[in-house]
Amino acid sequence: MEHKYSIVTENLTKKFGDFKAVDGISFEVNKGEIFGFLGANGAGKTTAMRMLTGLSIPTSGKAYVAGFDIYSESEKIKLNIGYMSQKFSLYQDLKVWENIEFYGGLYGMSSSQIKSTTKELLSKLEIEKESNSLVKELPLGWKQKLAFSISIMHHPKIVFLDEPTGGVDPVTRRQFWNMIYDAAAEGITIFITTHYMDEAEYCERVAIMVDGKIEALDKPFALKSRFKTDSMDDVFYRLARQAQRSDN
Amino acid sequence: MYFTDWQGKPKEAIIKLAMEQLLAFVRKEVYHILRDRKTLLVLFGLPIAQILLFGFALSNEVKNTKIFMCDLAKDNFSFQLTEKVHASKYFNVVGSIDIPNEADEVLRKGSAHLVMVIPADFSTKLSHSNSASIQLITDGTNPNLASTIQLYLRNIINDFRNQVFEKIELPYTIEVKSRMLYNPQLKGAYTFVPGVMAMVLMIICTLMTSVSIVKEKELGNMEMLLVSPMNPLIVIFSKAIPYLALSLFIVTVILGLSVTLLEVPIRGNIFLLYGVCLIFIIASLALGLVISSITNSQQVAMMISLMGMMLPTIMFGGFMFPIENMPIPLQVISNIVPAKWFYYAISGIMIKGMGIKSVLKEISILLVYGTVFIIISYRNFKIRLE
Repeated sequence: MEHKYSIVTENLTKKFGDFKAVDGISFEVNKGEIFGFLGANGAGKTTAMRMLTGLSIPTSGKAYVAGFDIYSESEKIKLNIGYMSQKFSLYQDLKVWENIEFYGGLYGMSSSQIKSTTKELLSKLEIEKESNSLVKELPLGWKQKLAFSISIMHHPKIVFLDEPTGGVDPVTRRQFWNMIYDAAAEGITIFITTHYMDEAEYCERVAIMVDGKIEALDKPFALKSRFKTDSMDDVFYRLARQAQRSDN
Repeated sequence: MYFTDWQGKPKEAIIKLAMEQLLAFVRKEVYHILRDRKTLLVLFGLPIAQILLFGFALSNEVKNTKIFMCDLAKDNFSFQLTEKVHASKYFNVVGSIDIPNEADEVLRKGSAHLVMVIPADFSTKLSHSNSASIQLITDGTNPNLASTIQLYLRNIINDFRNQVFEKIELPYTIEVKSRMLYNPQLKGAYTFVPGVMAMVLMIICTLMTSVSIVKEKELGNMEMLLVSPMNPLIVIFSKAIPYLALSLFIVTVILGLSVTLLEVPIRGNIFLLYGVCLIFIIASLALGLVISSITNSQQVAMMISLMGMMLPTIMFGGFMFPIENMPIPLQVISNIVPAKWFYYAISGIMIKGMGIKSVLKEISILLVYGTVFIIISYRNFKIRLE
């Protein structure tokens, strides 16, 4: 089991008092897969992701990330994952190269590794000239792309992206997805939450969460044919309207 | 993967990784501090401005105090006395009135702080009965100032009397010779310098540290850090180290300014002085960590640090308002303010030249505070966000 899948969960549950934020979800994510996690606000996407990244302890259930138990081996998990959060997590008052240097240092990269990675990363993003600019001076789209590049600079096995494209224009979003494909081609498993249904189409498989449960999990075209529609929007709408919970 | 050796030789590799992370983190903190020019300017400007203000402008010392004379005697003795008062650097005789009743108006207008009334029979009484009286009418609005002025003037008058009776042997007189130890000129800077140090260290260590940690939480960077393979304790150490260095540097600046500009001596052992500073800095840093663990908002952290810590430091630190003059309940409360013990220890070492034995009590109390704060902050620090 541990070798076949990148992520495995069994009945993973998180309760806050009587409220079941995540209600017994079970799924597997294949190695190198782009796995989309969809759901309305408050459906439990972020809570589920936080449990998988070790930010939150599950109430019950099992889960393995990169083959490691999330209860007992969270330190090993941390070495093998990358993370980019919904809130923007680069340091605005640091320069571009200083941010790269810092995160490289966090993951124990040597200064020569950091140097070469920085060069590579900046030329890939075509922002060599901005290396000395403060991050806050960059346009939002560049920041998001930079944040993503930094989150995979230590070559993790899995990267968790929590609504990474919020507020970004369609062109940049397209470029962002190209970067995701490149990362997946390198063998990195992508676990991404999103609101945008067009992005759901880019994923190999998607899970749709409603009220803390996974209501559907399949390839986008399979979901569309099951609901006899040609848009993911429709699929999502039909599932989500059963929701009892309102927005947060 | 970059952790091949991590899996091979766990212990050394983990320590090596932790050191690298710490280094990267401290470097980042230094960038933050250096980049925030305004804050840096405040951090350095504040103690310098306070030292200069307290040292020169806001002093309790009596210097060139304006006084009015009401000389009803107008004879040789009274002229000599007026001359002597005026000649001292503490007083300036700026005017005179003819009848004592006008004193009220003079003081009311603020033309003078004190009116000295020499009665008409001054000389006669002085030479015949060896005792004469002089009236000092003082503006008591500021009681501290008023009593200091009176004290100074009494000394001058006593001096004058001794001069006059130099040759005359009086059979039964008790002469009180008082001497101010440690601070013979009654310089205000002697009390303010340790006080400024307490305040500035409180601001840098408690306020800056708590705000800087809470900022990571508020901006969402904390999540990124907690997901990374970094021990959360490294966050704490990396935040503390740059501010500790900054604090020691600013202490040095304050001491340098005090010694050169304000002529405040450092009579005790300089290493002991720095040792006490270090203990207080660590206790304040730990307090900052405690504050950062109970809130997620920079503003709340700032409010707690300012209202909860700075205010008591100023009120009960002992350098602004003498604790001995407070009602008993307030005196008891003052004991829980760490800055008070720091102030006692520092002024003891600096001004009185006390050794480690004499400030052992203060040092122990500060150590206890530091330990308690560190334990609380360690227990409160959340490895997971919820």
